[in-house]
Amino acid sequence: MAKYDLNDDHVVVIVGSGAGGGTLANELCQKGIDVVLLEAGQRQGPDTFINDEWASFAQLAWLDKRTTSGSWRVARDFPNLPAWICKTVGGSTTHWAGASLRFQEHEFKARTTYGAIDGANLLDWPITLAELEPFYDRAEKKMRVTRTNGYPGLPGNNNFRVMYTGAKRLGYKTVHTGRMAINSTPLDDGRSSCQQAGFCFQGCKFGAKWSTLYTEIPAAEETGRLDLRAGAQALKIEHDASGKVTGVLYADEKGDQHLQKARVVCVAGNSIESPRLLLNSASSMFPDGLGNSSGQVGRNYMRHTTGSVYATFEKPVFMFRGTTMAGIIQDEAHHDPKRGFAGGYELETLSLGLPFMAAFLDPGAWGREFTRKMDQYSHMAGMWIVGEDMPRETNRVTLNTEVKDQFGLPVANVHFDDHENDERMRSHAFRQGSEVYRAAGALEVYEVPPYPSTHNLGSNRMSAEAKDGVVNRHGQSWDVKNLFVSDGSQFTTGATENPTLTIVALAIRQAEFIRDGMAKNEI
Amino acid sequence: MGTRRIYENRRAFLRKLVQGTATVAIAGGAVSIVGVDGAWAMSLQSIDARGAKTLLRMARLMYPHDQLGDFYYAKVVEDLDREATGSPETARLLRDGVAVLDEAYGQPWIELSEGYQLQVMEKISAEPFLGKVRGATVVSLYNNPTLWPVFAYQGSSAEYGGYLDRGFDDLAWGEIPDEEASPEAYRG
Repeated sequence: MAKYDLNDDHVVVIVGSGAGGGTLANELCQKGIDVVLLEAGQRQGPDTFINDEWASFAQLAWLDKRTTSGSWRVARDFPNLPAWICKTVGGSTTHWAGASLRFQEHEFKARTTYGAIDGANLLDWPITLAELEPFYDRAEKKMRVTRTNGYPGLPGNNNFRVMYTGAKRLGYKTVHTGRMAINSTPLDDGRSSCQQAGFCFQGCKFGAKWSTLYTEIPAAEETGRLDLRAGAQALKIEHDASGKVTGVLYADEKGDQHLQKARVVCVAGNSIESPRLLLNSASSMFPDGLGNSSGQVGRNYMRHTTGSVYATFEKPVFMFRGTTMAGIIQDEAHHDPKRGFAGGYELETLSLGLPFMAAFLDPGAWGREFTRKMDQYSHMAGMWIVGEDMPRETNRVTLNTEVKDQFGLPVANVHFDDHENDERMRSHAFRQGSEVYRAAGALEVYEVPPYPSTHNLGSNRMSAEAKDGVVNRHGQSWDVKNLFVSDGSQFTTGATENPTLTIVALAIRQAEFIRDGMAKNEI
Repeated sequence: MGTRRIYENRRAFLRKLVQGTATVAIAGGAVSIVGVDGAWAMSLQSIDARGAKTLLRMARLMYPHDQLGDFYYAKVVEDLDREATGSPETARLLRDGVAVLDEAYGQPWIELSEGYQLQVMEKISAEPFLGKVRGATVVSLYNNPTLWPVFAYQGSSAEYGGYLDRGFDDLAWGEIPDEEASPEAYRG
């Protein structure tokens, strides 16, 4: 593994080692570019992952203080936990379930397709599906996505079979075990095929689910060009008098601060920390935050329209056995305004263990009605709704100057109000999900509110014009040409699909742009 | 924890049991409480006996599972005690909260009927005290692996090679998916 001097200013510094940052680091290293990868969390691995929900949460989740505001229920039930994302090498690719779906063509043209919607800040992406397709191809190959490149689908577990039963009886057509970045057959490099262990959210102990932790990052380390610094929390991005960024100030595990010089800085700390870092990097030249001349940094924060439907059945299901996201219904993923809302949604199986089911089934609830539901745990099946939500200028990540982190910096406040479109979509999805389970013979059906957000998107969005967003079609800051955003915060809109595949495709594409720009001395 | 579990003289201890109530002993600053049937005991540093009995009852009323013995709810109180031992703020919140319960009808809350007990709890449901006890209970109670078999939750499977050969697809009802929707598992 490489070790670069703090004053070595020829390196690319990437903040965050998840789907965006971890992939970008490897892509750049493979192209002969030297990279310093700053990761706030520690390095774990299949051997150290804990298949116990709360213990794993303590090991992997981002638990540094954040605050919330707005009318979303998370602000009431989990006021300091707006998001369930990770602080560890590999970021939230340790925790994600593996669903890998391409965006649909019209979703890159949300403003054109859906029209003007009151209270929404819709915008078309500055790129098209056709432009991204070659990178989707490469991402699917890299991640060994099932049902692509000849990789077979995964076998369905009990939870899938309940969903399948109801979906078929209801007349849904596109129902299968999904496109998953989980090995359905073993790999030559020793990564196992899926053993149906469950606990996809807690880090796969078989390494069967794709994570940058044991794919991209070791591959980058093998090039001898990657300097991965775990336990390194980025605090501020520095710039020179010309307005170019020059390095990243970070704190190591002991709290000692260092300034790593850089030729290029790429921010990939997920959609809460990335805008926070830019806002905390304000200077006299950039008084509203680095790269924020448009005022859009932190705005248009999206979290997908989610919710879950759980149902109880006469006979046991044991939904916790096997892959967490074991199957999908895609019949509602299209845009059809006749349903009363713009955009579409997926229905994907999801299960929680007993400890998290208690925490999330009806947060704050207590009493015999609640425990009666819990008593049915082994007879429950579950699915998760994931749909496109509306970007809103007022849904935003800001600095809470009243609350400071361990380094004395303002923490992020996440403000969110559902748009009416989100509520109508959720209602529709609750109804359809309930119908699926009733068709399968459900005794009772529960509508479960959204969990703390796992899909955090859009807070540094891509735009065709500088005034509408934070970065251009390559994720390059409109204001600072050697500053990039490399995570889901660059999403212009959220689309219907789980975001990781698109984050990876964008990172592969961005690596080429950075390589070319560096070679031509343009950045 | 530094608490002294008083198990050595268990038999002598059990002899002291008063019919129908848990037994309380105090030694070296730690409170030890043993259930009437001797099936559970808790040893506490910060929470006093009255507080412990109140919190145990609250935990059960909040998340009542008739099939569970007090053993499981006692663990909740022990977890609360551990938190209170490290946090004077939590210790005070719990002490003051118990006092509020006892003031509601001018007699110890623990002696009220179940209906009255619930009524008092509902009255203070928005208070931080109740929120603290509820939050601690919902985590601690269901996070106890010894309780999982009661709910047929099997937990971690990695040490057994996953659920691949332990019933991940053994659903005995419903439609059988076609091969395209759900291919056969790879088994090497």
